[in-house]
Amino acid sequence: MKVLNKKNLVILLAVLVVYGGVQAAIAARLIPPFYSVNLMLICVYVILATSLNLINGVTGQFSIGHAGFMAIGAYLSAIVSVKLHGPLGAAILAGGIVSAAVGFLVGLPTLRLKGDYLAITTLGVGQIVQVVFFNTNYVGGAAGFTVPRTVNWTWAFWLTVISVVIIHNFTNSTHGRACISVRENEIAAEAMGINSTKYKVMAFTLGSFLGGLAGGLYANYMYLIQPTTFSFLTSFNILVMVVLGGLGSMTGSIVGAVVMTVLSAYLSQFPEWRMVLTALLLIVVMLFRPSGLLGTKEFNLGFLGKKGESRAA
Amino acid sequence: MLLKLEHLSKSFGGLKAVADLNIEIGQGELVGLIGPNGAGKTTVFNLLTGVYEPSEGKMIFAGKDVGGLRPYQVTHRGIARTFQNIRLFGDLSVIDNVKIAFHQHAKYSAFSAILRLPSFFRSEDEMESKALALLEVFHLRGRAGEVAKNLPYGEQRRLEIARAMATEPRLLLLDEPAAGMNPQETRGLMELIRWLRDNFQLTILLIEHDMSLVMGVCERIYVLDYGMIIASGTPEEIRTDPKVIEAYLGEEAI
Repeated sequence: MKVLNKKNLVILLAVLVVYGGVQAAIAARLIPPFYSVNLMLICVYVILATSLNLINGVTGQFSIGHAGFMAIGAYLSAIVSVKLHGPLGAAILAGGIVSAAVGFLVGLPTLRLKGDYLAITTLGVGQIVQVVFFNTNYVGGAAGFTVPRTVNWTWAFWLTVISVVIIHNFTNSTHGRACISVRENEIAAEAMGINSTKYKVMAFTLGSFLGGLAGGLYANYMYLIQPTTFSFLTSFNILVMVVLGGLGSMTGSIVGAVVMTVLSAYLSQFPEWRMVLTALLLIVVMLFRPSGLLGTKEFNLGFLGKKGESRAA
Repeated sequence: MLLKLEHLSKSFGGLKAVADLNIEIGQGELVGLIGPNGAGKTTVFNLLTGVYEPSEGKMIFAGKDVGGLRPYQVTHRGIARTFQNIRLFGDLSVIDNVKIAFHQHAKYSAFSAILRLPSFFRSEDEMESKALALLEVFHLRGRAGEVAKNLPYGEQRRLEIARAMATEPRLLLLDEPAAGMNPQETRGLMELIRWLRDNFQLTILLIEHDMSLVMGVCERIYVLDYGMIIASGTPEEIRTDPKVIEAYLGEEAI
């Protein structure tokens, strides 16, 4: 089968080594809690950054309300696992589906807006979601919602892998190309028979779904979720990861998510310097690499195969 | 009749960009639309492709009214276009530009793409070979992997036509295809246009300022001035029509 080519086997092997290595270290109790929390956060943020990249980078829309969809996924999965005593998988999936549904309903009218206007609207949606959970006593309101920890490394890691594979496979298909064409030139895309509204909404809905999954992971690991966690700052943080890695590059988003999470973990002892250094990093990257660390390019393993094997050109 | 425009009008506020336009184009014809700057030629194309909605009148394509459709729906009906100012997907490769235009003929859903079902591979292989074959026709196969914006100007124009052809149209609208080309490139383009029409059972409507191209390839010409048709006929008839000369050169020149 074509799926099992050399390149994919190498990637699969690398993924298994990372998973096995960390799993063994956890089993041997070699990883202190500080690191395991941050490993988990890396998984959550990789999903969030790659899914936002699908909307902002691949399709060229400008959403800054991604934490809102994370919140929906988090709260919905928490309701399913705590109030309805559902299994973890069902809880996370429910969070993703509801988040996707909200994304679809929000996207349909707002994706006709362009640039700044869409940004303002998605910002507003993020705020509304936060305020709704603030004022809903059923989920604890401002005090927060206590959720037992059921997510472990296996869940977090494989859910991240699945999300990344979904995004990669979608982007590298005729449907992903349709999204890219909308980013490149919407008028030309329409003239080539591409329903731009459909693909904007599709990317937005898929992005919201995966954002919801990330929220579900987060909620079922962190013991406590509060509306303040899903503030504008979180949305902004995800956006910074995407821009840092390079808008339109999925591997760039992964790098951005890892770098930012590790950075803020190590800077958490110096909270007064954290924001300064993150801002400085962003300024330096924008000065020297305005299109982000990887631009729109993907990090690939092409050098392993024959030259030009991955691209039949 | 493949395309029939009946009393087509478009006004922007008080300005009538196109007024009471009647055009008929038969299957397989190669028709030119000329006129001075600002005569409303591109507006006609924008009406035909759904970018603008007509204020009045009807557009019948292949027996069906295409007025009020969105641009992508018009393309699905079989009308493709190129743009006066090139609108390629500049940062994408040449082959991806063509593959995007094949999108409506792709035979797999987003779901099968995510799961990488066999239909994905079958359809992608098919699109790849069709795209390469099309690039071969336009002498662009060697450029397939290059970024579109890095092509020389003449090749970008050719790629735009190749991309339009990938939508598998019955009617091709060319908006100033020879703009910015040197006489040699223009001659090559004329041959290409004729060849396309003959080999793809295509009907072509083109806007052009280059009179050597219009007079050389078009079988019939419509002349537009101030949004109205002032003359129509064969190239010979147009060349000697006093109204056309007046529109282009001013009244005193007659």
